Amino acid sequence: MPIGALILALIGIAFFALPFVGLLWKAPWGDVWSILTSESSLTALRLSLWCSTWATVLSLVFGTPLAWLLARISFPGRGLVRALCTLSMVLPPVVAGVALFYALGRRGLLGQYLDRWFGFTLPFTTNGVIVAQAFVAMPFLVITVEAAFRQLDTRFEDAARTLGASRWYVFRRVTLPAIRPGLIAGAVLAWARALGEFGATITFAGNFPGRTQTMPLAIYLANETNPDEAIVLSLVLIGVSFAVLVALRDRFLGGGAPAA
Amino acid sequence: MTLDARVIRTIGSLRLDVDLTVKGGETVAILGPNGSGKSTLFRCLAGLLPLDEGCIDLDGRTLDDAATGAFVQPAERPVAVVFQDYLLFPNLSAVENVAFGLRARGMPKAEARAKARAWLERVGLGDHADHRPRALSGGQAQRVALARALATEPRLLLLDEPLAALDVGTRGDVRRDLRRHLSTFDGVRLLVTHDPVDAYTLAERVVILEAGYIIQSGTLAEVTAQPRSRYIASLVGVNLLAGTGHDGTITTSTGGRIVPADPVEGPAYAVIQPHAVALYPLAPEGSPRNVWAVTVTDIDRQADRVRVRLDGDVPLVAEITPAALDALVLRPGDRVWASVKATEINTYPA
Repeated sequence: MPIGALILALIGIAFFALPFVGLLWKAPWGDVWSILTSESSLTALRLSLWCSTWATVLSLVFGTPLAWLLARISFPGRGLVRALCTLSMVLPPVVAGVALFYALGRRGLLGQYLDRWFGFTLPFTTNGVIVAQAFVAMPFLVITVEAAFRQLDTRFEDAARTLGASRWYVFRRVTLPAIRPGLIAGAVLAWARALGEFGATITFAGNFPGRTQTMPLAIYLANETNPDEAIVLSLVLIGVSFAVLVALRDRFLGGGAPAA
Repeated sequence: MTLDARVIRTIGSLRLDVDLTVKGGETVAILGPNGSGKSTLFRCLAGLLPLDEGCIDLDGRTLDDAATGAFVQPAERPVAVVFQDYLLFPNLSAVENVAFGLRARGMPKAEARAKARAWLERVGLGDHADHRPRALSGGQAQRVALARALATEPRLLLLDEPLAALDVGTRGDVRRDLRRHLSTFDGVRLLVTHDPVDAYTLAERVVILEAGYIIQSGTLAEVTAQPRSRYIASLVGVNLLAGTGHDGTITTSTGGRIVPADPVEGPAYAVIQPHAVALYPLAPEGSPRNVWAVTVTDIDRQADRVRVRLDGDVPLVAEITPAALDALVLRPGDRVWASVKATEINTYPA
């Protein structure tokens, strides 16, 4: 390997490592436990876990059939539909938040009817946080599960049908177990994305402690007023995200040691 | 118990048009090159592909009729398939695989498992019931697949290349076992293969499929004696030369002249066993009537014999001993003389 490339690669690694080292260096190690267990931290943490978990459930419920549709059914405009359903992955989250506001806000395209007919309001509520998170997180699940559906050998499903299995039985007993690694990987990626969601949440759901103020929002606010708290909460999110990546790499993405 | 099928189905550039009647207790082997429509035929019979035209009747029950639109779903058909590569569900143990069809039909778990275990005992795998497919050898996986298919008590059993996934060393034993298990099944048995040995050992009758059409059917002896195409001839290992007979000579389309002992008039086939072809470095003495200048294109050494492919006006495969090969010092590209006695040439009208 040429020495120049090696040096550039090392600078690249340092670029990624340095910010985390900076956080660790500035961390108020003596107060970590008291900050973590403070009422405001625990409130944000609880809300984050609640919302990101429900966003993942929504992603699984709607994203899995969507992935199946995109993988298995050939229809005109499929490429466009796929682009539409994964757009929010590359969109600036704040744009997603604004768009959600004009669709599901109290005067939004659909939101006005939700409000008028059912008294159901999404913006500036915990449910709004879940919707915003699902909006940006679901594409991660969709593309992962779609790839799993595509890699699946459909002859196994044929075999199950000739053995007397209904289509639903085949899906439950043959298809789902076969795509399980993809489902888990997709759900974990979506969950991690939802956990870190900031822009769409603050735009669509606002920043109310205990109701819509998730970890990233709490960190943003604390960085202005109480930097120690911001650092500790940041370390928690870094730890969770890092653990997710390591676990995914070893167990589902085929990284690490070659499969036996 | 009879399968009566007229299967017409177009897939891509292949148009499959097959008329097939098979009686219960009979095994019919379908032989054909890749892309001849063997798999499409099986998918139609299993209900995985609907017919474009035609009709499938099994034991008087209509499974598919393009004219009336009647179509029985694959799950409802008394048809079971042993797939190529067996397609055992990798997340299920051997006994769960065999129980799958019973469970799918709503049989309670305990009962289905007991039945599945009994089937595994029958195929000699009682002590492998809890093994995952990945822990089974190819031959064992094939027997699990057979048990899984038979456990649903089908009336039509389709076997798609049941021995192709096995290595040559184990194929003989597995084939013998398969033959034994098949003989206990009294429904209709259809076997797809590209290996004539499978057809010889497992089937009473062969159907040869090429480009979607049945070009020949009958007992294997009948087909070997009078193969109707170059594919069949190479499949069963004989030289098949098409030509036109006149005045005791058959002239091939490439201009070769063949003089058989029994002359024929008009379009005819000449069949020459490869071991009847003698090779000489120089034109042989005397006046044998069947001597052709040929070029060696390929030499295939097997354990006790060598098959030499020859090109010329009369393209041939010759089978000679390794000693003869060494004496001739043959290489691809060499020009030699091939000779066959007139009495070794069988002819029959096309």
